[in-house]
Amino acid sequence: MSLTADDVNKIAHLARLGIDKQDIDSYAKDLSGMLDLMTRMGGLDTAGVEPMAHPLDQVQRLRKDVVTEADQRGHFQAIAPQVEDGLYLVPKVIE
Amino acid sequence: MHTKTINQLAQGLRSGEFSSVELTQHFLQRIRQHESLNAFITVTEGLALQAAQAADQRIASGDASLLAGIPIAQKDIFCTLGVKTSCGSKMLDNFIAPYNATVVEKFNHAGAVMLGKLNMDEFAMGSSNETSFYGPARNPWDTQTVPGGSSGGSAAAVAAGLAVAATGTDTGGSIRQPAAFCGITGLKPTYGRVSRYGMIAYASSLDQGGPMTRTAEDAAILLQTMAGFDAKDSTSADLPVPDYPAALNQPLAGLKIGLPKEFFGEGLDSGVAAVLETAISEYRKLGAEVADISMPNLNMAIPAYYVIACAESSANLSRYDGVRFGYRCESPVDLTDLYTRSRGEGFGKEVKRRILMGTYALSAGYYDAYYLKAQKVRRLISQDFQQALAQVDVIMSPVTPTTAFGIGAKMDDPIAMYLADIYTIAINLAGVPAMSVPAGFSGGMPVGLQIIGNHFTEDRLLNIAHQYQQVTDWHQQTPTL
Repeated sequence: MSLTADDVNKIAHLARLGIDKQDIDSYAKDLSGMLDLMTRMGGLDTAGVEPMAHPLDQVQRLRKDVVTEADQRGHFQAIAPQVEDGLYLVPKVIE
Repeated sequence: MHTKTINQLAQGLRSGEFSSVELTQHFLQRIRQHESLNAFITVTEGLALQAAQAADQRIASGDASLLAGIPIAQKDIFCTLGVKTSCGSKMLDNFIAPYNATVVEKFNHAGAVMLGKLNMDEFAMGSSNETSFYGPARNPWDTQTVPGGSSGGSAAAVAAGLAVAATGTDTGGSIRQPAAFCGITGLKPTYGRVSRYGMIAYASSLDQGGPMTRTAEDAAILLQTMAGFDAKDSTSADLPVPDYPAALNQPLAGLKIGLPKEFFGEGLDSGVAAVLETAISEYRKLGAEVADISMPNLNMAIPAYYVIACAESSANLSRYDGVRFGYRCESPVDLTDLYTRSRGEGFGKEVKRRILMGTYALSAGYYDAYYLKAQKVRRLISQDFQQALAQVDVIMSPVTPTTAFGIGAKMDDPIAMYLADIYTIAINLAGVPAMSVPAGFSGGMPVGLQIIGNHFTEDRLLNIAHQYQQVTDWHQQTPTL
């Protein structure tokens, strides 16, 4: 199975991942190679096999609905690219 | 001093032969001297000396754990409060972690001295340390070869005597393969044994942290500190932790070892195969019985792994959006441009490949064919392990098909790089523990023996490795630097 440059652009858009134009073909080639590898699984009969999402048979733990974390906004925002008045700044979304 | 075990060093600290400050200075000096190995991303000299002073006081007061004052280093995937935690990526080159990983917290509590943060493949995606934003760490046995990956800096540092021990993480072989390439001991514990809190996520159903050391005894000491239930990790195993050092001395008489024929076939280098044959005959001498077994679905492990790991990583890495922390592009024109360019400029090529692959595998119309199929294959592979481990106590196999390859040799062919992880990947899918133990040399380069056990049998694996290290000295060999 092979992916085209269009396919790569579409996937890159879904992932919000900037890809340089000159690299698109090389990604298409690499991803096609990966897909060929993955397609090998088709040869294995998995009818009736229950999908395994997790290596251990665990039950999701529940905890009491209480506050466990202290407010550390200032601490966390100290490493943010751009903040003002305790808010994270991004380019204008609504005109 | 840099070739001593933790027990020997702990004794030296207590007898007054040397202080932790002296020991720490010794290692800091070695790190400077062997900077060209590029094993460290960040050296925390000031913090290390402070911790060493505190450890010396604790030891003097008689209230100190075995690890107090012992200089170790952390893979740069573990968050360290106030210290850059880059995960080998430009994306996190400016990231000062606002909290400690549980593993780091536990080592701090034990009084261990952190020398710094170790080089690694970007976001742990790689098998050679070459995808690191900071350039590849080098294999101390031959600096023209890779140390393996993703925990390449950890393996290089321990092998070169730049730290007594190190942490690593293993999603598809990232502790065991570099341990094998650099001739050290590495243990990937059972999934859930060591807390993932503060360990930067790659593929959450596969990631597991573990020790990388010279000896199995040191690995047992480190794991004792690292292991245990953590309420902050939703998949942490709520089970008691055995006394690992106490289990080391069990005799091996009657041990049943299985050799899967699928792991000793085509593709295995003859020099590596010869080393493993000798190692297995050593186990026979120690009283073990060896049986041939078959695990028919192992050949599907690589395809299933790359679907699952890429899918999980595409979800995990969506958090890097240039908004709250990490890299942000210059002058974004709108929000989409901010996301797209920050991610495009902040991630390297291998990370992008895996995000794209995972996004594709999870996208509408392809989910059943790839992700769901891979999860079913994962079940079959896991069943292979359970069936095999019902017949034998442990499985032994190669860790890698060859010894360390040259820097640059596989960078242009990602598929060839993936295929080299053939012997390690299935273990992560099944979630079982496995070790790499130094077993000899081929062409002057170290070879590792893989020992695989059932869930939560780390005590037995460490015991089996330790007994072998009592009758061999491969783990004591050191590279000429």
